[in-house]
Amino acid sequence: MGVESSNYHRYRPGLHWWSVLLAFCTLLLVVAGGLVTSRDAGLSVPDWPLSYGQLMPPMEGGILYEHGHRMVATTVGLLTIVLTVWLFRSERRRWLRWLGAIALLAVIVQGVLGGLTVLLLLPWWISTAHACLAQLFFSTTVAIVLFTSPWWLRGPSPVEEDPKFPIRNLSLAAPICVLCQLALGAAARHKAIGAIYHISAAPIVTGVILWVALRILLHYAGNGELRLASTALLAITFCQVFLGIAAYMSRIASADAVQPMPLMVTFTVLHVAVGALTMAASVVLAILVRRNVMAPAPAFAASSSRVTAAS
Amino acid sequence: MPAIDMSSNPQCEKQHAVPQKAEVVVVNRNGTLRNVFIWIKDGLPRAHWTPPAESAKLDQKGCVYVPHVLGIMEGQQLEILNDDPINHNVHAESHINPPWNESEPPRAEHKYKTFDSEEVLFPVTCSVHPWMRSYIGVSPHPFFAVTGDDGSFTLKGVPPGTYTIEAVHEKYGRREGKLTLTPGGTATLDFTYGS
Repeated sequence: MGVESSNYHRYRPGLHWWSVLLAFCTLLLVVAGGLVTSRDAGLSVPDWPLSYGQLMPPMEGGILYEHGHRMVATTVGLLTIVLTVWLFRSERRRWLRWLGAIALLAVIVQGVLGGLTVLLLLPWWISTAHACLAQLFFSTTVAIVLFTSPWWLRGPSPVEEDPKFPIRNLSLAAPICVLCQLALGAAARHKAIGAIYHISAAPIVTGVILWVALRILLHYAGNGELRLASTALLAITFCQVFLGIAAYMSRIASADAVQPMPLMVTFTVLHVAVGALTMAASVVLAILVRRNVMAPAPAFAASSSRVTAAS
Repeated sequence: MPAIDMSSNPQCEKQHAVPQKAEVVVVNRNGTLRNVFIWIKDGLPRAHWTPPAESAKLDQKGCVYVPHVLGIMEGQQLEILNDDPINHNVHAESHINPPWNESEPPRAEHKYKTFDSEEVLFPVTCSVHPWMRSYIGVSPHPFFAVTGDDGSFTLKGVPPGTYTIEAVHEKYGRREGKLTLTPGGTATLDFTYGS
């Protein structure tokens, strides 16, 4: 039995759980990609799309990470194809069908970027674009999970925007700042810039997230969805800040090591993965704010015009 | 230097009776530094120096590059061997010469490469085994050497003149010294790293 909204969009459990599976696999893919970079394994398989001319090379050393990343990526690509076809066949919301198509396009572009970064020997701009698109793609899959959920289909819980504490536009600042911070982090990891830019931006991004989340908790806490989403964003951001510190300190401690050290790899990959969750949580919060918080109705000025009857 | 942890690659680990130590900094018994690339940076007359016919060899043995630092002339052939029973990739991280990254499976035919431009030093790495790193210095002339287990170096057959000699170490960087050579004579130059 499906849940129906006022617009008669039926809840499809299969479609929803498929998108959950896709989002989960995409997070695994982000972890796998983070492992490739942190283990310096990006060029362990010099050819692409095959690996050592085979579909399944010996999974040893760095090949385990690089080819493993390719295998998870192939799975995510196949899951995305099925999701997009599913959306186009059964989903009545046209914008959601097109969001599926955008996700499919993104995963194809992402695959090509991944191949190019191998064939062109890790140029920083392709590697950074590959890392950023991964984060955007993950947020897209999480948004599709949200849009296909029974929670979403029950309809919005409207609340009027408080003109003294506006939130609709402010909520967009969080995902934009997080994306910029992710780009700085990716550029630092691929040695385009120093880590100092990513580190310096961290307090600013954290401040923006605090601003958005606390404004919601202080002035829109009556809305359960917004309260839950902003609390989740705060909790994830808290973890992310400490993981960032741990990743940096472990990197400093192992600066002279001749190979990537397990502690540094663990903290750095967790920092990348929780970065993806931060981005997704900020996107979900912005979506929920834009959906539930209504712009205040324009005030009507008292009219001084006079209506006269024509003779 | 610390021992390399090869435990994630048993095929590498079992080729060493004792754990292999990293070669980033190797201090000899007499307190000298091994694996320093020495070459004449400046002062030689303009001339075309013919590269030797024999190739310079870079081996992959026990998941370690041998030698750790290699000098080669512009246009000289570099022969890359894989003595290991496992896959390696060989990535020349050069900036002036075109970089390349190629796989070298076990028992594969040797690879042959040349570098056409002066470049001192650039790393050669294996991403399958991230501790594997060697350095290549490409010189336009034959007057280069790599310090060995007594820290000394000899450049033979250098024409008389005044030269800038450069020492390059992968961790401690570059040092320069001046040296004047008279006809039939010899000259000595010492480089010191550290305080």
